[in-house]
Amino acid sequence: MRDPTDILLRVEQLTMRFGGLVAIDHLSFEARKGDITALIGPNGAGKTTVFNCITGFYKPSEGRIGLRHGGTAAWDALETLTDSGNRHMKYGDGALFLLERMPDFLVSQQARVARTFQNIRLFPGMTALENLMVAQHNRLMVASGYTLLGVLGFPSYAAAERAGIEQARAWLDRVGLIGRADDPAGDLPYGAQRRLEIARAMCTDPVLLCLDEPAAGLNPRESAELNELLLSIRDENNMSILLIEHDMSVVMEISDHIVVLDYGVKIADGSPEAVRTDEKVIAAYLGVPDEEVEKVEAEVGL
Amino acid sequence: MTTTDVHKTPNPVAAAIRDAALTALISFCLFLPLVGFLTISNIRNEIVLTTRWVLLFSLVAIIGLGRLCYSLAIYPAMQRRALRPVKTEVPAWRAALGKWFIPFAIGFTIVYPFIVIATSGFGGALKWVDNFGIQILIYVMLGWGLNIVVGLAGLLDLGYVAFYAVGAYSYALLAKEFGFSFWVLLPLAGCLASFWGVLLGFPVLRLRGDYLAIVTLAFGEIIRIVIVNFVALTNGYAGISSIPRPSFFGIPFTADDDGFAAVFHLPFTPIYRTIFLYYLILALAFLTCYVTVRLRRLPVGRAWEALREDEIACRSLGINTTNTKLTAFAMGAMFAGFAGSFFAARQGFISPESFTFLESATILAIVVLGGMGSQVGVAIAAIAMIGGTEIMRDMDFLKEIFGSTFDPTQYRMLIFGFGMVLIMIWRPRGLISTRTPSVFLKERKTISADLIGEGHG
Amino acid sequence: MDVFIQQLINGITLGSIYGLIAIGYTMVFGIIGMVNFAHGDVFMVSVFISLIALLILTTFLGISSIALALLIVLVVAMVFTALVNWVIERVAYRPLRGSFRLAPLISAIGMSIFLSNFVQVTQGPRNKSIPPMIQGEFVLMDHGNYAVTLSLKQLIIWSVTAVLLVCFWYLVAKTPLGRAQRACEQDQKMAALVGVDVDRTISMTFVIAAALAAVAGTLYLMYYGVVSFADGFVPGVKAFTAAVLGGIGSLPGAVIGGILIGLIETMWSAYFSIDYKDVAAFSVLAITLIFLPQGLFGRPDVEKV
Repeated sequence: MRDPTDILLRVEQLTMRFGGLVAIDHLSFEARKGDITALIGPNGAGKTTVFNCITGFYKPSEGRIGLRHGGTAAWDALETLTDSGNRHMKYGDGALFLLERMPDFLVSQQARVARTFQNIRLFPGMTALENLMVAQHNRLMVASGYTLLGVLGFPSYAAAERAGIEQARAWLDRVGLIGRADDPAGDLPYGAQRRLEIARAMCTDPVLLCLDEPAAGLNPRESAELNELLLSIRDENNMSILLIEHDMSVVMEISDHIVVLDYGVKIADGSPEAVRTDEKVIAAYLGVPDEEVEKVEAEVGL
Repeated sequence: MTTTDVHKTPNPVAAAIRDAALTALISFCLFLPLVGFLTISNIRNEIVLTTRWVLLFSLVAIIGLGRLCYSLAIYPAMQRRALRPVKTEVPAWRAALGKWFIPFAIGFTIVYPFIVIATSGFGGALKWVDNFGIQILIYVMLGWGLNIVVGLAGLLDLGYVAFYAVGAYSYALLAKEFGFSFWVLLPLAGCLASFWGVLLGFPVLRLRGDYLAIVTLAFGEIIRIVIVNFVALTNGYAGISSIPRPSFFGIPFTADDDGFAAVFHLPFTPIYRTIFLYYLILALAFLTCYVTVRLRRLPVGRAWEALREDEIACRSLGINTTNTKLTAFAMGAMFAGFAGSFFAARQGFISPESFTFLESATILAIVVLGGMGSQVGVAIAAIAMIGGTEIMRDMDFLKEIFGSTFDPTQYRMLIFGFGMVLIMIWRPRGLISTRTPSVFLKERKTISADLIGEGHG
Repeated sequence: MDVFIQQLINGITLGSIYGLIAIGYTMVFGIIGMVNFAHGDVFMVSVFISLIALLILTTFLGISSIALALLIVLVVAMVFTALVNWVIERVAYRPLRGSFRLAPLISAIGMSIFLSNFVQVTQGPRNKSIPPMIQGEFVLMDHGNYAVTLSLKQLIIWSVTAVLLVCFWYLVAKTPLGRAQRACEQDQKMAALVGVDVDRTISMTFVIAAALAAVAGTLYLMYYGVVSFADGFVPGVKAFTAAVLGGIGSLPGAVIGGILIGLIETMWSAYFSIDYKDVAAFSVLAITLIFLPQGLFGRPDVEKV
């Protein structure tokens, strides 16, 4: 049984405003290490905006997003880090990061948070293998001596590149794309592209994997395969996964913890069973009889 | 009415004639003001208007007939050809051609001066080696340099000539002031140009697409205007002359006793220096190519190509795209700097006239025509464009057709501009519109350019 | 102070001309997302057409009334320049619609080179100058050694520009064509699906852009009285600067941007150095693009992640 106090990601009072529109309103939740945490809600609830805040593509208007590496003791440093104005600090055998202060590429590079996109963003003119090699860019850059050693033909780079190709091969095998390794990514069928994007995210060696609607457009068989893949990633790679999804067959099957958003506000937070039967969630998705509208609105806080 | 519509009517010939007549009418109205009339200043510097009906009607007739010919003969031929079954297998001779092309081309460029001397003698060879060989190679090198920025990284740079100018002027000024040798100044000029590349690149690289193009154009023009006006440093329009010429590792190419000819016991001709310069630029060009090919296989090159496809995806993978763009800019600028210092050394004289926006446009056209990111394509494009325009200078036989006042060089740029439009319409992706992956598991499959994304412009 | 007011008057006049050309840039960019590199040369072509039309009217047809001549020249220039731009769009840009981003840009650069060299080849490389057509000025202030004047030519430029702007605003805001244009700007595919003739709308946009450039051309000829084939590039870049400064996609922005650029240029020439006046314009372009890419009135462009 996973330790419920083993928190990896702490989102506190996250608020995002676009002009006069409040997309996310004081959202707080926690994602535990080794869990698959799902973020669900009707369209327009602000889920992708939450992702964009966590991964550094948007700068939140308010709030704090803490991520830890290493032991749980790192959380003790949270207030110190917040007050200091820095983006991250080492603590004991780990480190603590404040993601709202970091730009997108550093969130991936330093905090090791990987993500996929709602509208698949592969490199269509590059092969599947090349896509996975780009994901290992930072590691390979160091090995190539920031290019200098590589141009001069030093063997250290060749060895690193071989290792990189090996890791890419392993992941391609894992997602079932080994036969299409040399095909351009733009040529792959939709389901394969989704899987390739997940493999690419995993090649950056993350501690948190954020998936934005990985099951969108997949048929039931493909969704079942996706479930298997995500569960195996969680178990074999000790990965923590944060998931946005509409497909309930995926969400209910694999999530350990679900957070429900509606109009930027959290309306439920708990295990799949609890969320499934929660009145407010049902109301948000299916609506309520006219007589009860006012009552529900008051409850939810709109 | 399009040509397709013409052929859908029950009587295509009549429709084609109507279509051609309409085209002729439009052409008539189009060319009436500028071709039909000529404004000449007379002796009193007043403008006098004369008419050129013959020229106008000939032009309109040619266009009308051309359109008719196209509708009735060429277009149906193209349609028939499109319907023929496509051969999927590459015939053996074509495969052999593909495999041997590059070694053959390299070998040819190395022995080129000797072929030319053998066929035209020392006197004739001078023109072929200098105006064609060296000139084309300078543009090939510039094309390969800009290819890093535009072709690989996908950054639209319309001000590339600025770095060329920095290289040329730094060589000229430092050589005259301090007397450093060519071999010292070449890397120095490259570094200076590279430095400017980073300086200019830093504020603008987050702009997208056309905006980046325009701002780099603006920078290119600013640098040219500063060169023109900062007379104290650059001598303005008059340019810098008497730039020290390169020597053969210390031995000058003069007719004196310590000159190249005397030292090697050869009769003196001016072609020795030209041949030396030719091999120099050839070596520089090969260096550019080699570095680019190696960089493509390294993480930085892969990051450039990924950047071209989707910048946001790159950032999500932890790549610092600002640094990646700056590196591309700096490398491209460095090679332009090398080319610029070579140019100054070869000419002995430089002026702002050589560094106009037209040069940037030409180099960009070479890169785009060649096919983004393809080394071979860029080389072929440079040969075609620069060789083509140089040959036009040579076409004296046209004087016999059109009369002695006909100056083909005037039409050079006209054809060049129109050619750019035509080439974009015919092959927008360039000559070599495929991409080869830099790493493969089982086999290296070429990827069609249609798949290549344009993630940030 | 007098010098300042005079430069103000001169700057607004020059700026009006830039503004008219700038509208062309902004409209085309708005609807097909392309910087029409050849627009500056289309402007230059229109100046030549105005010149030739004027010469035909005065020498061959012997029209002596300057006002009538100018009016006819204006209409003729608008018609012929519109035809030129219409043909250019169909030949050089329409086949490349949907192709990758650099292709229409290169095509436009090629077109720009072609146009300026075409004029050079057909009309000769020398400057063409005509005697001043319209004399007369109003003296606004005279303090002895320097008189601030507003010439009749300048007044004409201001009024023509103002009238055109009103017509133009009406066209874009109220007519079906304007609506179609705005629809194509937002979403071309969807506009086509609801029945907008996208090809024709784009053609009409190029025609209008050219017509306005032609007005600028006639006014330019009237104001300066001299033109050469090379006069397309620099005014073109300055007008594009104006469009960017005002905010690409915003029509009042284009005109205000134009006036600002005109003012910057005349003030810089008067108070600093006339040699570097073009540098001032290019620098404004660079600075605007770097620090305020959406210009003064444009909408910021947010890319959806």
